[in-house]
Amino acid sequence: MSVLSYFYHQPWRIFVLTLSWMMAISSLSADIGSAHATTPIERVVSPGGVEAWLISDPSVPVISVDFMFVGGASLDPDGQEGLASLAASLLNEGAGDYDSQAFLGRLADQSITMNFRAGADTLGGTLKTLTENGAEAFRLLGLALSEPRFDSEAVERMRAELIAGLQQAARKPDQIVGKVWRQAAFGDHPYANTPQGDEDAIRAIAIADLQRFAQDHLTRSRLIIGVCGDITPQELAGYLDEAFGALPVGDPPSDIPETTVQQRGVMVIDQDIPQSIVLFGHDGPKRAHPDYFAARLVNYVLGGGGLTSRLADEVREKRGLVYSIYSYLNPLRQAGLINGRFATGNDSANQALGVVREEWDRMAQHGISADELRDAQTYMTGAFPLNMTTTSSIGSLLTALQYHDLGIDYLERRDALINDVTLEQANRVAADLFDSDQLLITIIGRPKDIEATLPAPG
Amino acid sequence: MRANLSHFLIHRPAGLGFLGVAASMLSFQPALADVFKPETFTLDNGLKVVVVSNHRAPVVSHMIWYPVGSADESAGKSGIAHFLEHLMFKGTDTLGPGEFSEIVARNGGKENAFTSFDYTAYFQNISRDRLGLVMQHEADRMRGLRLDEAVIEPERMVVLEERRGRVDNNPAAILREEMRAALFLNHPYGRPIIGWEDEISALSLKDVTDFYDRHYAPSGAVVVISGDVTFDEARALAQTHYGPIAPAAQRPIRKRPGEPAQRVSKRLALTSPLAGRPSWRRSYLAPSYNRAEGLQAHAASVLGEILGGGPTSRLYKKLVIEDKKAIQAAAYYDGSAYDLGTFNLSAAPADGVGLDDLEAALEAEIERLRDDGITQAELDRAKQRLQSGAIFARDSLSHPGYTLGAALMTGRSIDDVEAWPERIAQVTLENVMAVVEDILGQPGHVTGELTPSTSS
Repeated sequence: MSVLSYFYHQPWRIFVLTLSWMMAISSLSADIGSAHATTPIERVVSPGGVEAWLISDPSVPVISVDFMFVGGASLDPDGQEGLASLAASLLNEGAGDYDSQAFLGRLADQSITMNFRAGADTLGGTLKTLTENGAEAFRLLGLALSEPRFDSEAVERMRAELIAGLQQAARKPDQIVGKVWRQAAFGDHPYANTPQGDEDAIRAIAIADLQRFAQDHLTRSRLIIGVCGDITPQELAGYLDEAFGALPVGDPPSDIPETTVQQRGVMVIDQDIPQSIVLFGHDGPKRAHPDYFAARLVNYVLGGGGLTSRLADEVREKRGLVYSIYSYLNPLRQAGLINGRFATGNDSANQALGVVREEWDRMAQHGISADELRDAQTYMTGAFPLNMTTTSSIGSLLTALQYHDLGIDYLERRDALINDVTLEQANRVAADLFDSDQLLITIIGRPKDIEATLPAPG
Repeated sequence: MRANLSHFLIHRPAGLGFLGVAASMLSFQPALADVFKPETFTLDNGLKVVVVSNHRAPVVSHMIWYPVGSADESAGKSGIAHFLEHLMFKGTDTLGPGEFSEIVARNGGKENAFTSFDYTAYFQNISRDRLGLVMQHEADRMRGLRLDEAVIEPERMVVLEERRGRVDNNPAAILREEMRAALFLNHPYGRPIIGWEDEISALSLKDVTDFYDRHYAPSGAVVVISGDVTFDEARALAQTHYGPIAPAAQRPIRKRPGEPAQRVSKRLALTSPLAGRPSWRRSYLAPSYNRAEGLQAHAASVLGEILGGGPTSRLYKKLVIEDKKAIQAAAYYDGSAYDLGTFNLSAAPADGVGLDDLEAALEAEIERLRDDGITQAELDRAKQRLQSGAIFARDSLSHPGYTLGAALMTGRSIDDVEAWPERIAQVTLENVMAVVEDILGQPGHVTGELTPSTSS
C-alpha cells in the first residue's frame, strides 16, 4: 500500500492481463507442467473422505493451501451478476461466533492469510500460515466455509467496495477495453460478464441470496485442494476434516454452454488518452485439446517470450512502438481463446496493428522453424521449475493439475508432452490456429487512421 | 476481494511490495535472530557477492545491483538511469542486441531489470546448472556495453510509450508523480524515476555512455545469488566470471542535496474523466532506515501497521467500519531509501461523503492518536505481525535477493536486515509516539485529491 508503484520500473513486459477474468483462468492453465527433482505428489485422503494433493516440504515453517470450488461467476443467476464475487469477499468477514473484526483479528494476530476470489469458472481460495498456527488456520477456514455469517454490516461494506471497484473500472481504459472485448465476443453468454458483476445487480442481492449461494456452491462434490509446505500427510489428513469435513456433499455444478467468439472485426471506443490500448483475439484450443502444447509452443514463438518473441522483436525492438506486446492461450472451461494486447501512441496504433496482422499471417502461412521449435521446447521445459519456488505457487499448481484432470504423474510426463511435438504438428496447428481475418480487435483511445468495422457499444 | 479493491485505490506494485523493504516483510521472533542467513565475500576488484542457499527447486536467482538510480542523475537529465537500464539489453563486444535475452530464454530462464531512486538491478532466474552462463554475460555487460544511435532511438520510443502507459493514461499516477515533485523541494527524489518526457526525449548517446562509464563498475555493485547453490560453488563461479573485471579508477561519491524543513502544507487536485471515484492521499517526509536515529525507522514501520496495515487497523476500523465515511483507508511507511523516506495516508470516500469531510475525519483520527497514544496491546500485535513476515519472506526464491539487494543499495548492512526482527521487538510505546510527532506532527505535507469529472 503506498506510493511505491512509482518505485519500480521494469524495462519490459509486465504480464498484467487486462481482462481480469482471464487472469483468474489463465492462472489455472498457465505453466502447468514438468518438474525436475521435486518431491513426488502425495494423494491424501482424510478419515472423513476429503482428498487433497500434497507436496510436503519442511524447508520453511509455512503451509500453503490452495483450493477451489468448480463453478464460478458464470453461474450467477440473471439479475444477480456479482453474486459469487460478493459472497467470496464475505467469507473471511465473520464466521461462527466471530464477527468481522473478531475473525479478521484472529487471522491478523496469528499472521494467517485467508482469501477467496470468484473467477468465471471457479470460486478459489488460499490459506497461508506459519506451521505453528496450522491448527487454528484450518479451524478458521472450516468456520469460514461452513458457518459464514453474512452480517449486514459486512455485507453492506463489501457491497460498497465491490460497487466502487466497478465504478473505477468503468472509467479505466484498460478495464473498459477488456469488458468491451468480452461483450463483443460472447454476446448473451455468461462469459461476456465480468466476475465482479454489475452495479444494479449487486445492489439487488439479498443476504438470503448469499446464504443460499454458500449452501449450494461450497460443497464437497465441487472441491479441489492442493497443499504444499511444512506438513506431513498424517497431519494434513486431520486438518482436512477440520476445514472441509463439515461441508455438504452437494451436486456437481450445472455447466454453462460451450461457446466461441461471435464477432470479428475492429471496434474503436473513443477516449481522450494519449496511448491507444489494443486487445485482439479469436478462438483457440481448450486445455484438453490434443494439440494444446503444440499451440502453446507456436504461441510462444509468436508472442509468448518476453523480448524474444516475434511480436516483441518486430513491434518493440525494431520499431519502438510499444513497451509491451504479447499473446497467450486462454483456455476457459467452455471456450478456447488466443488473446493478445499492446498499447501505443495514438499515431502509431495503425502501424503496430498492421505488423500484428502480418505476423499472424506469417504464422498461418509459414509456421515456425526447427530452431524456433527447439528453443520454445527448451524454454517451456526449462523454465517450469521456476514456478515451483514458493509453497503457494506449488499449491496452486496442484489444484490446477486436478482441475484439468491431468493426472498425479503429470509432472513426470510434461517434458515428454512438450518435446514430442514435431515441427510438422506445430506447423499444422499454426496453420489451423492463426487466422487474421477472424480477429476480434477492440481499441480504446484516439487511434489515427484506423477504420472501425464494428459499432462501439452505446 | 479486499485486495481487489485496494488495487484500485492503493498502489502497491503487483507482488513487489517487499521492495518497500524489509519493512513489512521481514520479521519474526527475537529468538530467531537470523532471517536469510546469507554468506558473503568480496572480490579483489571490489564486487560484493551475497549467497543465500535454498534447495527447494533446482533453480537459482542471480541478481546484480548497481548503486545508481534516478536520484544520482544530474539536473536536466532525468530518466537517464532508467533509459540505460533498457539499453543494457542492447549488446556488447561479444553479443548482438537482444542476444543475451535470447540465450536466457533458450536456456529456460526468465530475466528482467528495474530502476529505482537509489539503484538499478538486473536478474535472471534459471536452472542451477546455467548460473555460470548468466554470470558470464552479466559480467560482460558490466563494462562491455556497445551502443550506437541506431539502437538508442527505437528504445527511446519504447521508454516514452512506457511513460504514456504508466503515467499519462492514468490520472492516479499523474497525481502521484506531481505529489512527489511537491513533497521534495530540493532533493532529486522529487523527479520521476522514468524521467520527465522532454528530458527523456533530449538524452543523447553521449549522456548515456558517460553515465554508464561512470557508474557501472565492480566496486559498489552487489551480486546476490539465491537458490540451489552452495557458497563454495557460487564463490568459484563468481571468481571466474566477475574476478577478471578491472576495478574502476574512482568510484563516484553519492552526495545529494538535502531537504529543508517544510513549513507549508500543499494541496494538489486533479479532476479527470478517467477517474471513476474520488480518492485522497497525503504524504509526509520521513526518515529512511539509513538515516534514522536509533529505532526511529522501526517504530515508523510499527506505526504504519497500527494505523493502516489492513482491515483491523485504526484507520480502517474508524473510518470504514464505524463512521462509514470511507470504503478504504490505509497508511504506509516507506523507509527503503538512501536519504529520505515517506509516510503516506490514503483513503477513498463512501458515497455521498466529500473529500473535505473525509479529510477532517482522518485528521481527527491522527489527532486522537497524538493525544491518547496507543495501547501496549496494539503495539504487541503489530510487532508480532511484522515479525512473522520474515518467515514468509523466506518462502520464496527471489525475496532474499530483493530484500538484501535493496538494503545494501540504500546504505544498510546485511546485519541490519538480519537483526530487523530483533529491533522491531525492541520498539517501545515511547519510540512510536516519538515518530508520531516527528512525522505526523510536521506542518509541511502534501495532500492529493483525485476527483472524477462529471461527464466523461
